[in-house]
Amino acid sequence: MYLSNFTSDAKVEKGAYSEELIEKLKRKARKVRIEIVKSIYKAQSGHPGGSLSATDILVALFFYKMHFHPKDLHWKDRDLFVLSKGHGVPALYGVFSELGIIKEEELSHLRQVGSILQGHPDRLKTPGIEASTGSLGQGLSIALGMALSIRLNKSNRKVYVMMGDGEMQEGQIWEAMLKAGNEKLDNLVGIIDYNGIQLDGMVKKIDDLAPLKDKCKAFKWETVEIDGHNFDEILWALDEADKNKGKPFMIIAHTIKGKGVSFMENNPAFHGKAPNEEQYKQALKELGATE
Amino acid sequence: MEKESLREAYARALISLGEKDERVVVLDADLSTSTKTAKFGEKFPDRFFNIGISEQNMMGVASGLALSGKIVFASSFAVFASGRAWDQVRQSICYNEVNVKIVATHGGITVGEDGATHQSNEDIALMRILPNMKVIVPADSIETEQVIKKVYEEEGPFYVRLSREKFPVLYKDSDYRFEVGKYDVLKDGSDGVIFAIGREVYESLLAAKELEKEGFSLAVVNSSSVKPLDKELIYKYAKKFGKIIVAEEHQKIGGLGAAISEFLSEEIPVIIKKIGVDNIFGFSGKANDLLRYFKLDSEGIYKTIKSWYKI
Repeated sequence: MYLSNFTSDAKVEKGAYSEELIEKLKRKARKVRIEIVKSIYKAQSGHPGGSLSATDILVALFFYKMHFHPKDLHWKDRDLFVLSKGHGVPALYGVFSELGIIKEEELSHLRQVGSILQGHPDRLKTPGIEASTGSLGQGLSIALGMALSIRLNKSNRKVYVMMGDGEMQEGQIWEAMLKAGNEKLDNLVGIIDYNGIQLDGMVKKIDDLAPLKDKCKAFKWETVEIDGHNFDEILWALDEADKNKGKPFMIIAHTIKGKGVSFMENNPAFHGKAPNEEQYKQALKELGATE
Repeated sequence: MEKESLREAYARALISLGEKDERVVVLDADLSTSTKTAKFGEKFPDRFFNIGISEQNMMGVASGLALSGKIVFASSFAVFASGRAWDQVRQSICYNEVNVKIVATHGGITVGEDGATHQSNEDIALMRILPNMKVIVPADSIETEQVIKKVYEEEGPFYVRLSREKFPVLYKDSDYRFEVGKYDVLKDGSDGVIFAIGREVYESLLAAKELEKEGFSLAVVNSSSVKPLDKELIYKYAKKFGKIIVAEEHQKIGGLGAAISEFLSEEIPVIIKKIGVDNIFGFSGKANDLLRYFKLDSEGIYKTIKSWYKI
């Protein structure tokens, strides 16, 4: 499946990122995708499409960019991540499992009574979650508050926040976009998982966001568009965000909903549906899972 | 009786907290000259954020600041702080269990001339239903200062409801100290009891004075802690009299009277007379005229009690 047409802003110099690094990130992403499919299959409930589209970006954030200690989650100088599109949290749980923040065994309890892994991020139940989210449109405001606090403390920590494209239809997002731009918060990095599909169908048909880059720029955000499944481009964008001064930074990451599992790709049916047994086996096969 | 603004008292308390604790930050949504948070902003411009006319964003920003170690006061008019941003208060503040104190001014119908759109008679219901949220309604400027300091000391989300109107000062030269979940019996009585909040505390005291002349001795209880309730005291009076009265500048549905009913109905048979706004919107008018129309002034309370007790 191909991405929708767009012109990438990425200017990756040859050899900027070693083959070894890119291969490592790809391996991690493959494992996370397997964990997403497994945990949602076991729960028979969850959002595979938007978890799979977000996976490569989350892997790049947690295995390349962000400063944090998996063994000291409350380290005071850590960078912060808010998953505003909370329904994509199985991807984050997969990342946390790979980092040893949660036990792999926990993944099989996703969405079950008593589990530390809720259907949407819960900071009080799951270690590593910085903010409880799930009601769309709220995470950017929370990240904005965190960024203001960090600036008040004269610290150079960064706040990363990932939004869904459908989520950009929420009015609160644009309240926060306006304020972050006016506050010139250059410690705030937004990422839009632009997979083009929301629960009821295509974003373009339901309430089109285009021209999204122009909108972000008009709200005084430095904005780049990239291929959200190309690690060279993701790493480039995250590094650009570090160089950026005087404005918040937005990464519009063009992605494929359901990325990695053929029958889920660009298929609105898998926004919020678990695979059946046959689909599950097929998905694991495609992802190269050993069991 | 000397009157004083609760909003000015709020600003005084904020500034004194701001002086002693750098973690204190204040947010407003373009009503800071009305809510008086602008006074904190003049003194501590770095720790004051005017978020603009975007209450939903303000509540989210408040949560983010609190998650990063700040103690946040967020202010707007009660109707917007509770209603416009309810889902943000629920999800970003209460579910996250963060240290955000929502201090809402312009509660009740005494907002006056602006009319129904700006009169908040539903905010207590909206806020007290939320898990982790505590709800406080002070009765005068002195109690307001104490409440602000208390909610600063206690962890977690609070909703504090203030009024636009100046209130008669009840606690001058008093050794009263506000406690969450504790009520103050301003006047005891042998024939009946009225639990009141906000402006209704003063109006109830006046009504009690008139009733006293007619030989009816009414206890008046300042019930500023709407959530949690002072269950012990409520139970004691309910048991003693078998019937109680509640007065509030709020809808009868979902307010203090409803909260007390919910509690007592599981404990003891008791009849509860609710004095409040009865499932209707308000309208424009002077504060005192509206209080009279809705029978929330001392005369209205006096007449309601007289007819209920057939005095």
